[in-house]
Amino acid sequence: MANTLSFTLNGSKVAVDADGTRMLAWVLRSDLGLTGTKIGCGEGLCGACTVLVNGEAVRSCSTPLAAVAGKSVTTIEGLGQGGALHPMQEAFLAHQAFQCGFCTPGMILGACALLKKTPKPNGHQVAEGLEGHLCRCGTHGRILAAVQEVAGKGGAR
Amino acid sequence: MRRRDFLKATGAFGLLVSFPLAAAFQEPEKLPTEVPGYPKDFNAYLRIGPDGRVGCFVGKIEMGQGNMTALAMLAAEELDVPLEQVDMLMGDTDLCPWDMGTWGSLSIWQFGPVLRGAAAEARAILLQLAAERLGVPPERLQVQAGVVSVMGAPGRQATYGELVQGKRIERHLQDVKVKPVSQFTLVGKAVPRLDGRAKVTGGAQYAADIVPAGTLQACLLRPPAHGAKLLTVDVAEAEKLPGVKVIRDGDLVAVLHARPDLAREALGRVKATFQPSPSTLDNQTIHTHLLKAAPVARELAAKGDLTRGEAEAVHRLDATYLDGYVAHAPMEPHTAVAHWDKGRMTVWASTQAPFLVRGMLAKALGLAQKNIRVITPFLGGGFGGKGGAPQALEAARLARLAGCPVQVTWSRKEEFFLDTFRPAAVVKLRSGLDKNGRIAFWEHQVVAAGESEAETMYEIPHQRITSAGTWMGGNPAGFHPFAVGAWRAPAANTNVFAKECHMDQLAAKAGMDPLAFRLRHLKNPRMIAPLQAAAKAFGWTPKPGPSGRGFGMACADHRDTLVAAMAEVAVDRKTGAVQVKRVVLAQDMGVVVNPEGARQQIEGCVTMGLGYALLEEVRFKNGQILDENFDTYQLPRFSHIPDIQTILIENATTPAQGGGEPAIVVMGALIANAIYDAVGVHLLQLPMTPERVKKALALRPRSS
Repeated sequence: MANTLSFTLNGSKVAVDADGTRMLAWVLRSDLGLTGTKIGCGEGLCGACTVLVNGEAVRSCSTPLAAVAGKSVTTIEGLGQGGALHPMQEAFLAHQAFQCGFCTPGMILGACALLKKTPKPNGHQVAEGLEGHLCRCGTHGRILAAVQEVAGKGGAR
Repeated sequence: MRRRDFLKATGAFGLLVSFPLAAAFQEPEKLPTEVPGYPKDFNAYLRIGPDGRVGCFVGKIEMGQGNMTALAMLAAEELDVPLEQVDMLMGDTDLCPWDMGTWGSLSIWQFGPVLRGAAAEARAILLQLAAERLGVPPERLQVQAGVVSVMGAPGRQATYGELVQGKRIERHLQDVKVKPVSQFTLVGKAVPRLDGRAKVTGGAQYAADIVPAGTLQACLLRPPAHGAKLLTVDVAEAEKLPGVKVIRDGDLVAVLHARPDLAREALGRVKATFQPSPSTLDNQTIHTHLLKAAPVARELAAKGDLTRGEAEAVHRLDATYLDGYVAHAPMEPHTAVAHWDKGRMTVWASTQAPFLVRGMLAKALGLAQKNIRVITPFLGGGFGGKGGAPQALEAARLARLAGCPVQVTWSRKEEFFLDTFRPAAVVKLRSGLDKNGRIAFWEHQVVAAGESEAETMYEIPHQRITSAGTWMGGNPAGFHPFAVGAWRAPAANTNVFAKECHMDQLAAKAGMDPLAFRLRHLKNPRMIAPLQAAAKAFGWTPKPGPSGRGFGMACADHRDTLVAAMAEVAVDRKTGAVQVKRVVLAQDMGVVVNPEGARQQIEGCVTMGLGYALLEEVRFKNGQILDENFDTYQLPRFSHIPDIQTILIENATTPAQGGGEPAIVVMGALIANAIYDAVGVHLLQLPMTPERVKKALALRPRSS
């Protein structure tokens, strides 16, 4: 049933009047107007909707709103700070690690979470860590290079 | 199909053109709405603002392939302005000049010359204006970064912005030549994509991200199987949910809500019954059906005398190659938002062909084309699957009925159900070697895929090529059990798979190294160069297959882009799993506009090609599509990706060709041939799943 749920979204407190069983992805996009989070499969199988909850990557299309109450959610819109791009975004740009760009927000956030867990991954660990993220354009090699570059520079923070 | 010389093509612009210069530069031209063909007036493509920024208007769309950047480069090159000064506006039927659609790797080779011609003419006129203003003949002027100045007196100058401002001039210009390749300063340089920042920040807008105030999200009732007819429908339970609106219009049953997830939930409460589908086909029986139901074959090429070739052959090789249905599976599902306002319909749709969709909507809605505006925002992948846009019509119909903007976003299940798959197909290849180990005859009969690349590029004296049934329309009713359509390099993937596998089998029969065998049958130096370049980079050393090394190769001439690839694979004999370790791909695509973009396209082709080679096949039964999401339909993932090395062959004498498709066509044969080299079995059916590899290994004759 609809009630007010509060959480931190990209550093600011928000309160949403919504049923806690609704999935976060639609609330972010439709109720809160943050459309950078993409929905590719709706069942947690492609990774496009990945956001960070308390720094960990979750599939927002399969995460009920109630599960993030009181927690801190970061979407692609909130990743950069003070107008500057996050190092992972910079690395994706430097390596041209995207084509259509639809998987990119989820990919970048997934990569950030990966480096938080494993700050100095080898190529195999990056591939394994992002295995659940699909990209139909075939930018995988460039993504691996971008993530490793960020790791080499001291991680995504 | 051979491509026209682009200088000849731009000759079409050497016409008398009359135009109101300043006015046309500064405000959108009233464009004719029903003219099929590129406008001759360059004002349709280019507008220069008072600040000197160049607005470049093109009907093409950006779906990830990077044409936004490459087309901006072409315009900047001809105009002599910095790339940063060009603003691209794409895929808007109100603002952009007509375009047929973005597919077939055509943006650069076919539309590129049009845009270059327009920009070259605009530059020539700007020079004339500057000559008058500065009081010198145009020959004494130079342009740098959008500033015209007098040679030897750089202080005497005028910017494009200043020249255009406030003037109204009508001019006629003839025979304006585009720049020769030798004078390019931007084209040919690796340039980062213009859409980069928007795409890494989440700011890039796709159709689903555009939500006019008051928009309702619609979910449509779909049949459980193709051919299943709706019998009864009960929407009472859905209507009980607050905020839900149900719309029925003939075959269309839709549930609308302000929130997309709640609309989907409400659709789940609609009770409907359907007549079962009459289809009895499945992915096991489809090839037998296609052969039986095929229309009369069309002869595409014939040379020499097959009977004579057969008589000369001392070794015969006949083989049948099979291909399954493959999904486009773009990450962005089909989406459209329609806004019906004061008799005018505006639709933002994920489509590769906004102008085509405008025509389709006009017909279906009974509206004049001028009352319809179709806009393609960024497209989250197309690959041929977003040529039409049935979702745009769904949204437009509903917007009129609902009286508010309506968005339709297909679920992944709908995406798999309504996709226009790459067709399942059969290729029968008959051939023979003469006593000198040369190919004596070659008969290629393709069924259901289509004609592209069915012909052979090898020197073969006696040959016949036929094709029956296609990915396009015009097949006998019920030939394919659901819609099929263009899938990145339509028909070519299937035909090249058969042809290049067959070449390797013949090489093996001749006891020859596959590269040497191919070179022996090739004359085109543009095909030989990439083969040799790939061999060098790969470290190919001659050895007849199977060598046990797991080395494979394949090459193709796809619409005048020449591709040669080599790969190394490892095959797990126990599980049948194939791991591609590395791919080297060399490509001659003529003049390369943006080498960075070209490499991205090749890498994308290699990766997507691994999908149809090893993983992807749509399973279906009795009209029902059994693959509904990415749990069972496997796309290439990070663990599948080999090391990919791309080589662009320098070729300044051939006009820029397409790069979005060619590299994918070799992937099936490339991997099949590498598997043969590794374990000595020829895989004749795509995809080469572990089960099929295991089966082939089990059937392997002991002698080989």
